[in-house]
Amino acid sequence: MSNPQRGAVEFRAVRKDYGGFTAVPNLNLKIEPGQLVTLLGPSGCGKTTTLRMLAGLETPTEGAILIGGQDVTRLPANRRDVTMVFQSYALFPHMSVLDNIAYGLESGGMKAAEARDHAARGLDLVGLAGRGDRLPSELSGGQQQRVAVARALVLEPQVLLLDEPLSNLDARLRRRVRTEIRELQQRLGFTAVYVTHDQDEALAVSDRIVVMKDGHIAQDGAPRELYEAPASEFIADFIGEANVIDCQILSVAEGQARIGVGGAELTLPARKGRPGAARLAVRPNAFHVRTDGPGLEGRVTSAAYLGDHIEYEIDTAAGSLFVVDAASSTARAPGSSVRLQFSGTGVALIA
Amino acid sequence: MNADNRRLDWILGGAIAALLILPWYKIRGGFFSFGWIGDLFTKSDLWPATVQVAIGRWQLWPVLALILGALWLRHARPSGADRGRWLVWLGAAGLVWLIAEGLAIGTRGWNWGLLESMFGEVAGQPAFGAGAVILAVAFTCLISFGAAERGALKGDAFILTSISMLILLVATFVFYPILSIFTGAFQDIDGAFTTEGVARNIVDPKIWSLSCLIGGPSCGVAWRTLFLALCTATATTGLGLAFALVATRTAFPFKKSLRLLTILPIITPPFVVGLSLIMLLGRTGTLTQVIEGATGLEFGRWIYGLPGIWLAQVLSFTPISFLVLIGVVEGISPSMEEASQTLRAGRWRTFRMVSLPLMAPGLANAFLIGFIESMADFGNPLVLGGSGGVLSTEIFFSVVGAQNDPSRAAVLAAILLCFTLSAFLAQRMWLSGKNFATVGGKGDGGMHAGLPRRLAWPVITIVTVWSIFTLVVYTMILFGGFVKLWGLDNSLTLEHYAHAFGITWGEDGLRWTGVAWNSFWTTMLIALIAAPLTAAVGLLTGWLIARQKFPGKAVFEFVLMMSFAIPGTVIGISYIMAFNLPPIQMTGTALILIMCFVFRNMPVGVRGSIAAMAQLDGSLDEASLTLGANSGRTLRRVILPLLRPAITAALVYSFVRAITSISAVIFLVSAKYNMATAYIVGLVENGQYGVAIAYSSVLIVVMIIVIGGFQMLVGERRLRRRSNPPAAKEATA
Repeated sequence: MSNPQRGAVEFRAVRKDYGGFTAVPNLNLKIEPGQLVTLLGPSGCGKTTTLRMLAGLETPTEGAILIGGQDVTRLPANRRDVTMVFQSYALFPHMSVLDNIAYGLESGGMKAAEARDHAARGLDLVGLAGRGDRLPSELSGGQQQRVAVARALVLEPQVLLLDEPLSNLDARLRRRVRTEIRELQQRLGFTAVYVTHDQDEALAVSDRIVVMKDGHIAQDGAPRELYEAPASEFIADFIGEANVIDCQILSVAEGQARIGVGGAELTLPARKGRPGAARLAVRPNAFHVRTDGPGLEGRVTSAAYLGDHIEYEIDTAAGSLFVVDAASSTARAPGSSVRLQFSGTGVALIA
Repeated sequence: MNADNRRLDWILGGAIAALLILPWYKIRGGFFSFGWIGDLFTKSDLWPATVQVAIGRWQLWPVLALILGALWLRHARPSGADRGRWLVWLGAAGLVWLIAEGLAIGTRGWNWGLLESMFGEVAGQPAFGAGAVILAVAFTCLISFGAAERGALKGDAFILTSISMLILLVATFVFYPILSIFTGAFQDIDGAFTTEGVARNIVDPKIWSLSCLIGGPSCGVAWRTLFLALCTATATTGLGLAFALVATRTAFPFKKSLRLLTILPIITPPFVVGLSLIMLLGRTGTLTQVIEGATGLEFGRWIYGLPGIWLAQVLSFTPISFLVLIGVVEGISPSMEEASQTLRAGRWRTFRMVSLPLMAPGLANAFLIGFIESMADFGNPLVLGGSGGVLSTEIFFSVVGAQNDPSRAAVLAAILLCFTLSAFLAQRMWLSGKNFATVGGKGDGGMHAGLPRRLAWPVITIVTVWSIFTLVVYTMILFGGFVKLWGLDNSLTLEHYAHAFGITWGEDGLRWTGVAWNSFWTTMLIALIAAPLTAAVGLLTGWLIARQKFPGKAVFEFVLMMSFAIPGTVIGISYIMAFNLPPIQMTGTALILIMCFVFRNMPVGVRGSIAAMAQLDGSLDEASLTLGANSGRTLRRVILPLLRPAITAALVYSFVRAITSISAVIFLVSAKYNMATAYIVGLVENGQYGVAIAYSSVLIVVMIIVIGGFQMLVGERRLRRRSNPPAAKEATA
């Protein structure tokens, strides 16, 4: 624990080619100790390759990877101080739960009895005390997932890697388990790198989200930052849903920009915007839907009743918008004309 | 001390010990007899390498120097890429030198006149012994450890060593023998280079004549073999398809028993079917007598020759084709056929337009397998060949008996090899990626369409008739051992069994007086040694191919699979040519039989383990690695326990094949190590059919027992304790 850098991760100009295909062209990334960082992106964006390079399961073509301040680029997986929770859990089906957890400890040279002691404590940590003699196939999906976490954590790694750990669970269980993982990480204070393609999951668990696209980092920041100040259309649409529309920045003063959209006006933090044409990310729930009054003129083209909210497609001067109205309980008929007022939140200039 | 240095110390220690203590050259009576220790001080051939150098065998100096060099590197340089590179060079130089000096200097000095005229005379040397073998292993290890230090394959020394060892073994026991055939073709009796034998044989009309097409007596043996193979492949594919269709798509009542048929060719020594056919259809055969008695026709000796061989081969190989095609027929996704039916196509149209085209690649595959099997078959042609043999038997007769013409054998072997390898290449190049059959198991619900009626009845009839015929043939085998003199004296007797397996209580206890016991126990012993070795080498190779990425992997896999297409006869003749003289001399030992079995049967183990590995999620290996286990531990603790079914299959298969194979074995047996099949063929040649049949049926019964035993011993994978896992979704409630 004396190493102040323990748990820190750094990618320095890392490149990974598969034959002629470049999965990751040039990655530079630093992760602070004790943080839970999510690599988020659509499939094929290079996030899993990045994780596997960190685990030592792939070797970078170029560049260096540092863990705890030490260059581990050429170190094989079994000699790195990281462990991984696999998407499929990869529990050894022929070993009992306890043997699974003790496996890594014994690989490290620990005596069998001591390893089983440690393993039992690890099982306790994830709330499965007393189930050690079961086979993985005798546990539910959620329990298997916790065993996989315990198996990785008992080795007290500098960094815990999680590769889409929730994708094999059903929706409700997913919410509970992700809270558990976050709590465990906060309590024990380990560094975690978490790969997912699910933005809700990323927003819920992360200290920091690294959004990747085509092997590049598209944006990197705290969840709130990404949601409220997307750097690109891709981010705006990927983190939460958004309507991306053209607008005019009329003037900028004291960091606030006055913006005109299809006849309506609003004021927003200017970020890097200058007067002239710009793009606006508008969340579907950023509108009040009114029959008349000020705001953007529009015509309902389709409406869907979904219980607690109503979804509209509305044609406006700024283009066709996807709008969610949670305020009223009856849907307007297609063809009726409406006024859309900006509610004040959920709108951001794309920098 | 790090792992790099530790493993280097081990191997260098071993090499030095071998150089100082172990005899460098082969010991005539066998190393493990240890009788040689008594003669240690009188015979110079028994001395270790260091002493050999001292008494003037200068060719061993480089070996000593290279090991000393490696020792110096170990102590003077730290482990790392730089030392790694030097170790690779040292190891490679050592191996190359061992091969060069071993091949260049034979028992009587230089092997090639050219070298003698350049360097003068040199004392002859015996074949490699324990010391040399250990040094070859050590040099191979130096190469892989060096590569590991350089960071190849993520620095995994275990994988690197496994790969290089396998390459060394395959090169020695597959490549070198095959190469020896071709060099053998160009050598005369004294080993001097000559093209005379090849020139004479390559144009021999007995091989290439096409005279039968224009009314001559018979075609050359090459064409005859090709013709036979095409006929056999056609018939086995057709019958195999009929069986597969009946087993999967009809309401035939005995479908389960049909599948039992597939075990038959595995447990039947290859010539047994031929023997049984003789008893049934030969001149004094049962069926012949019945028909001749009823019609008054004379059948004569038609069974001896191509028609008989063809019949025997179709009987023997139809189950193999059935086994292949049942997978193909079952593998076609039922939803394709259901889709066709919902598109208004009737059963016949569905079968003709959808099912059959989808099966086409599988049918071609079965055809090629039948072709290769027929080409490689030795047992049936040997028993039924009569005057018109095929390539495999011609090879045999050109080295044994009066002819003794090694260069003719080499030419014939090369021709046979060309045929089978072309078929193998066709199978790989043409069929790869054309497989429409989906690997079963997942998702696809639905039912296979039944056969159209106009197809079902003929197919069921054919299958029934052929099944009955097969049944009769096998009943003859079991029954034939109890009949005094088949066809002439049909009284029942136990004489044959007593003759073969007699046991008497003498004054000195139990005595195995039966004539078969000697070869029986040898067979069991050798099969028992070969089976685990085959399984181990096969599984390790399969694991490397399925799970590891290394340069040249495709070639490695291709070569291994190719060895499957080398006919046993060719292997037999090539082993004789390669291992009869130094540097590697093994003929007449049990070792040559074991090695032959290991490398002949390994490809099946490889295929089995690749298939089994495909079902194991790759993340299991990766999980083990990230949990700190090295690849050796991963293999031992995670992969092997999960591969138990594949291990059983590999063990059983290699054991049974070691017992039933004849083609390669017949060249390699010796008076001391005679195998059951070779002994039975001897009995057949002497006309002792009764004893031969009795011995064969005992073998079949033994193999059934062994297969059952292996199954119980290795047991099932224990992945689930109960068949129904407890309430699966605890948190959803």
